[in-house]
This record gives sequence, structure tokens and C-alpha cells, in this order.
Amino acid sequence: MTLREVVERLGLKVCCGGEHLEREVTGGYAGDLLSDVVANSQEGDIWITLQAHENAVAVASLRDLAGIVFVGGREPDEDTARRASARGIPLLSSSQRTFELIGRLLEVGVPTGRV
Amino acid sequence: MTTTKFRREFDVVGDDFAGAGRVSTEIKALLKRVGYAEQTIRRVAIAVFEAEMNVVMYARRARITLDMDPEGVRILVDDVGPGIPDIEVAMQEGYSTATDRMRQMGFGAGMGLPNIRRNADEFAIESEVNSGTRVRFVVHAR
Ligand SMILES: Nc1ncnc2c1ncn2[C@@H]1O[C@H](COP(=O)(O)OP(=O)(O)OP(=O)(O)O)[C@@H](O)[C@H]1O
Ligand SMILES: [Mg+2]
Repeated sequence: MTLREVVERLGLKVCCGGEHLEREVTGGYAGDLLSDVVANSQEGDIWITLQAHENAVAVASLRDLAGIVFVGGREPDEDTARRASARGIPLLSSSQRTFELIGRLLEVGVPTGRV
Repeated sequence: MTTTKFRREFDVVGDDFAGAGRVSTEIKALLKRVGYAEQTIRRVAIAVFEAEMNVVMYARRARITLDMDPEGVRILVDDVGPGIPDIEVAMQEGYSTATDRMRQMGFGAGMGLPNIRRNADEFAIESEVNSGTRVRFVVHAR
């Protein structure tokens, strides 16, 4: 499933990186501790977090994640969005909380990315 | 893949959260251009990121030295800073002296140093209180 399909089915707000939505989402990871995400996320994951700042962008870029969804209506500031655009990382926002959002992601068929 | 040895140096400044991740990003791109295997690049990038973040969080500044040859990648992170009083304790997963502000940003899981060791084939850390810390690691090419 592409990021664009995820965005459309869940009604996510695209904060930046709209030109990179054709990327395939091959799994998902949720977490707010950056070192945990660095250690345990996988390339192609969609990352669910409330860390809407530039260090999150660095983590996503480091691990080649497909994109980040900020929960609870959080949105990145301008600097963060600029950095994410430069690194080709789409930043998305959802008004839902982590638990509900993950439920929806699984419902629409985003794979867990793990065997 | 290059057949010669190649060295590059990078500087990291303490407390520069906005610039954090710059060195690991550059090194990752560099290793890609040189042609290392994906797994090697990933392990180096993760380890450098964690070391770089520790400099930003705890030290004043650091020089990161990258040595590449066909056998693998060798990194030295040499910082000027408070040092680590008890390395054995600092290496424990979950141990962290991160401030509240850092924890709010998602740092302070106490996983950085363990992440470096896990991704390295060779790992060494030495530190002197009130002087600085040297983290060295090697990731073999494969
Ligand atoms: N370069 C350094 N200079 C001084 N102290 C350090 C340095 N690197 C690590 N430490 C100390 O070791 C502790 C553990 O470091 P580690 O990277 O494992 O976890 P953390 O940085 O606290 O959290 P995380 O990396 O998960 O965000 C730190 O909290 C800090 O007290
Ligand atoms: Mg750390």
C-alpha cells in the first residue's frame, strides 16, 4: 500500500512532502523514544509518534522510514517541515490518538512489516 | 568499492539539537557513494547517530573521525565534556541522566550506548571526568 492510499483512507493531513506519497508502506512502528525507534523500526515503516520536531525527522531519514504521522493533532513547525522536505520525508498529522490510529492503519491493511 | 584508505573528519557542537543528525546523515550518504553493503551502512549510521546525539546532549564539542577501507569502517568520537564517571553503569540499558527537556523530546531511553555496541563489531569507550569521552567502534564490511 502506498503512503497516498494511507493518507486518503485515513484522512490524514499532509504537512509536507506531498511529492513523496507514492512510496510503498511496508510496515509500521509506534514509539516516542527516539533510540527505541532507531533500534527497532524498519526501512519503509510508517512511524506513529507525538515527537513533532526536527530530531524525529533525523531518525526517519536515518532509518529510511516511509513517513511520520504525528498524533493528537500535533503538527511540525516550519523548520521541521523544511528539513523533512529536504530529506524527502513526508510529515502527516492525525487528530486521532496513537491507539485508534494504529487500529485504523491495520484495518485498512497496512502490513505490520514483521513475520 | 575503494581499494585505498580514506579519512574524513566532522565536528559536532554540544547542545545543537537543531543540527543534530547532520554527521550521521553525511556519513550515510558518503558510505553509499563509496559502495558499502546496505547492512554495513545501516549499522554505521545508527551507531554514529547515537554517538552524535550523546555529544549534543552531554558534551561541549567533539571531533568525529571516519576511516574507511575495504575491510570496514572505523569511527572515533572524541569529545570535550564532563566525561562519564562509571562507564559500566552508563552502558546499562535504561540508565540515563537526560534532563526533563531532553526526555520530552524523546531522548533519555538509555539505549544509545547499547545501540552503538549492538551495531558494532568492535567497540571501546574510555572517559575521564571533567575532560572528555572517546567512543571508538568498527563495523566490518560484508
Ligand atoms: N559523550 C558523553 N559525555 C558524557 N556523558 C555521556 C556521554 N555519552 C553518554 N553519557 C552518559 O551515559 C548515559 C547513557 O547514555 P545512552 O546514550 O546509553 O543513553 P541516553 O543518551 O541517556 O538516552 P538515549 O540515548 O536512549 O536517548 C547518559 O545518560 C549520560 O549520562
Ligand atoms: Mg544517548
